[in-house]
Amino acid sequence: MEPEARAGSGGLPSDEELVGRLRDRDEAAFALLVDTWSGGMGRLARSFVATRESADEVVQDTWLAVIRGLDDFEGRSSLKTWVYRILVNTAKRRSTREGRTVPMSSLLPTDEDHGPTVDPARFLEAGHRWAGHWREFPAAWPSPEQTALSGEVHSQVAAAVADLPDRQRIVITLRDVEGYTSQEVREILDISVANQRVLLHRARAYVRGRLETYFATVDAEPIGGEAVP
Amino acid sequence: MSDLDCNEFVELVTAFLDGALDAETERRFVDHLAFCDGCDTYLDQIRQTAKTIGSLSPEALPEASRQALLDAFRNWKR
Repeated sequence: MEPEARAGSGGLPSDEELVGRLRDRDEAAFALLVDTWSGGMGRLARSFVATRESADEVVQDTWLAVIRGLDDFEGRSSLKTWVYRILVNTAKRRSTREGRTVPMSSLLPTDEDHGPTVDPARFLEAGHRWAGHWREFPAAWPSPEQTALSGEVHSQVAAAVADLPDRQRIVITLRDVEGYTSQEVREILDISVANQRVLLHRARAYVRGRLETYFATVDAEPIGGEAVP
Repeated sequence: MSDLDCNEFVELVTAFLDGALDAETERRFVDHLAFCDGCDTYLDQIRQTAKTIGSLSPEALPEASRQALLDAFRNWKR
C-alpha cells in the first residue's frame, strides 16, 4: 500500500514529514490537514449520526483525539487511515448515544444485499436461445467529458448516494469518494474485503441505475456545462 | 462450455475492477466483454458512475469549528 499514491491525498507532504511537523506543533501543517480531510470526514460521519451538526461535532472531536493521540501514532497504517479509524469510533459512540442503530453490527451485508443488481427483466428469459443475455443493450450515455461538467448529473448522483442504506453508503463513500483501497477500508471499518465488495457492488449498481433513468429522461437534450435550470 | 451470460457478467464487474477475480473467471469475463457490446457499455457506465461519485465535493467544516481546532492545537501541552 502506498498512501502517497492514493487519490485524494495529492498535494500533501509524506506521512513522515506531516507527523514530524505536527509533533513539532507546526500549526500550518495541522490547518492543512484539517482543511484537506474534514470535508470527507464530515461526509462519512454523516452516515452514522442524525444531523449535519452532529457530524461536524464528530469531526471536531476526532481532530481533538488526533491531537491527543499523535505521540502514540506508530505509522503502522497511513496517517489518514489512522485518523479515519478514530473518526469511525467517535461516530459510533456518538450514534449509540443518539440512540441510532447504524453501528458496526449493521455494517455487514444483509439478505437484501444479495440477489441480482440489475432487473432480471432486462435479460432474456430461460428457454430462449439467448437466455441470460440483454433483451436490449443499455443505452449509451453522454460522454464523461460532457457529464463531468454537469451540475445536474452531480446532483443526481449525490441524491442517489444519499438514498442508499447506511452500510452501502459508508462503504461507497470510503471507496469511491475518498479513494481508499479495499484493504484500507477493512482497516477502518473492520469489515472483510468480501463483505465490503458485496455492499460496494450493490451501491454502484444502484447509483448507475439512477443515472440511467436520469439520462433516459433527458434523452436527446444536450447535457453540458451550462446546465439549464 | 464456460461462456458467461450477461446477467452473470453484470454481477462480476465490481470484483473485476478490484482485480479480485480468479484467473479462469477473469478470462471468461474478458472473453465475454470482447464480443458483447451491451456488457462493454455496462462496465463502462459502472466506471463512469464510480468516477462521478469520486468528484462529489465535500462540505467544509464550519469556520467556528475550524478555529476552535486550531486554538486547541495551539494550546496543546505535552
